[in-house]
Amino acid sequence: MSTELIRLKDCVMTFDGETVLKSINLYINDKEFLTLLGPSGCGKTTTLRIIGGFEKPTSGDIFFDGKRVNDLPPYRRRVNTVFQKYALFPHLNVYENIAFGLRIAKQTESEIKSRVGAALELVGLTNFDKRRVTQMSGGQQQRVAIARAIVNQPEVLLLDEPLGALDLKMRKEMQVELKRIQRQVGITFIYVTHDQEEALTMSDTVAVMRGGVIEQIGTPVDIYNEPKNAFVADFIGESNILPGTMHKDFDVTFGGVRWVCVDKGFDTESPVDVVIRPEDIQLVSTDDSPIKGRVLSVTFKGVHYESTIEADGYNWLIHSTKAPNVGENVGLFLTPEDIHIMHKSAGEAKAEGGDSY
Amino acid sequence: MFAASFRLAFYATAICLLISYPIAYVVSRETPQVQSVFMVLLMVPMWINFLLRTYAWMSILENNGLLNKLLVLLGIGKVSIINTEAAVALGMVYNYLPFMLLPILTVLQKLDRSLLEASSDLGANGVRTFLRVVFPLSLPGVLSGVTMVFVPSVSTFVISKLLGGGKTLLLGDLIEMQFLGNAYNPYIGSAVSIVMMLIVLVCMFVMNKFGDGGEETSMF
Repeated sequence: MSTELIRLKDCVMTFDGETVLKSINLYINDKEFLTLLGPSGCGKTTTLRIIGGFEKPTSGDIFFDGKRVNDLPPYRRRVNTVFQKYALFPHLNVYENIAFGLRIAKQTESEIKSRVGAALELVGLTNFDKRRVTQMSGGQQQRVAIARAIVNQPEVLLLDEPLGALDLKMRKEMQVELKRIQRQVGITFIYVTHDQEEALTMSDTVAVMRGGVIEQIGTPVDIYNEPKNAFVADFIGESNILPGTMHKDFDVTFGGVRWVCVDKGFDTESPVDVVIRPEDIQLVSTDDSPIKGRVLSVTFKGVHYESTIEADGYNWLIHSTKAPNVGENVGLFLTPEDIHIMHKSAGEAKAEGGDSY
Repeated sequence: MFAASFRLAFYATAICLLISYPIAYVVSRETPQVQSVFMVLLMVPMWINFLLRTYAWMSILENNGLLNKLLVLLGIGKVSIINTEAAVALGMVYNYLPFMLLPILTVLQKLDRSLLEASSDLGANGVRTFLRVVFPLSLPGVLSGVTMVFVPSVSTFVISKLLGGGKTLLLGDLIEMQFLGNAYNPYIGSAVSIVMMLIVLVCMFVMNKFGDGGEETSMF
């Protein structure tokens, strides 16, 4: 599971004097499902394109199996890509689209037939082989694109926001499908998305990027529960982020109240960001809590109610199965485990640091 | 005469295609600025009247014309090109080249770059990407270019009159003579016109049929 397959070393990318990637260091293990997650313009697609061979890093190196491949063109790499807008060949039918790579590799007709058949079955499109790709729905085109890439048995499959153009329900289905396909074919997936839920659902490892820098890399659980800074916390799910002061270990003030927390290792009296997940906050009566606020709005969200509660000048976002009444005074209850203390995010300086807690 | 008309039109179309495709391919990969400069250069001669341009070629190709003076200067010696089929074909190519170039260029400009990347990703080098992706996808442009050059070439009479010196009599000339010339006979003229139109229609039909088999794309 943990043999290293790809390594990016100090990769820098500039386009027309604009720096898109600032020293990316990343390694990817064999059979890993890695997701590059970040807002648009963070450099995640550029990173993917460097791995695919469509871009050369301005400086830095990329290694496959320990061999430097900076100058290897895409058609010589054991990597296949599922493009954002599928990039299916409109002049070929489904069968010929999937067979494209095999024909280039000069496989025999019978070999092509059996492998295309297997790929079609894998993505659930058996009997669609004679269809024109232009007549298919987005979801079906998506599947053809996956089959076309996978049929070549690459070591790595790159996926560039492949589900971006699909509707919500289809997206959920394809998330499950992709995970199944990855387990079934047993190859490395590198997945680019801006959808944090998608990243958390499918990945073994998530790399959160911003401004050409990897802010944090870890398992989905780690990244959700222990975000390294306020940006990651805010990007991965919704958060309440408040300025606070760390007095000493396990002792913090925010929202005008002094709290016990579980974090340590900060400088005494240092300014920090305090992150609290909306679902960790419990609504209690005003007598039972040091934070008292007034309910500004309540929205029904299906599984829970989303309420905004104004307390001491800050608007708290709260997810709860209880629905308070608008205008009601309520108390907010927190346990020490709900409070996550982070260094003030002052740019990218700390992004590469190890465990800074 | 029928044969000469169609043969010359065929040559002119083929030469136009051979010249236009590489140019269109190279230009389509340039930056938008370079492309618009190219477009202007292509369009400017077209603002001059068709007849004037053909007269200009006449004086260029004359036995003591610009071309021969240049060739003598280079020590190659004179060629007599005016009043031959070659001169007529050259006139056709010159006049109708933009009609071949523009549709091909348009198709190549609109070609989705990610298709080229996908092809490369799937193991195809530059040549194979061209043969398997770029060329098949540009066929609609090639077809409309071929149509737009072939049809006027087959029926032209000005070019053959001026550059062919009346020696290469084309269908267009024949028809013109029946209506305006000495051999005034509108009945024969009409008959030849209809026959020519039918042949052209059949040619177009066959070509489009052939084109449909090659490309399955719904024109983009």
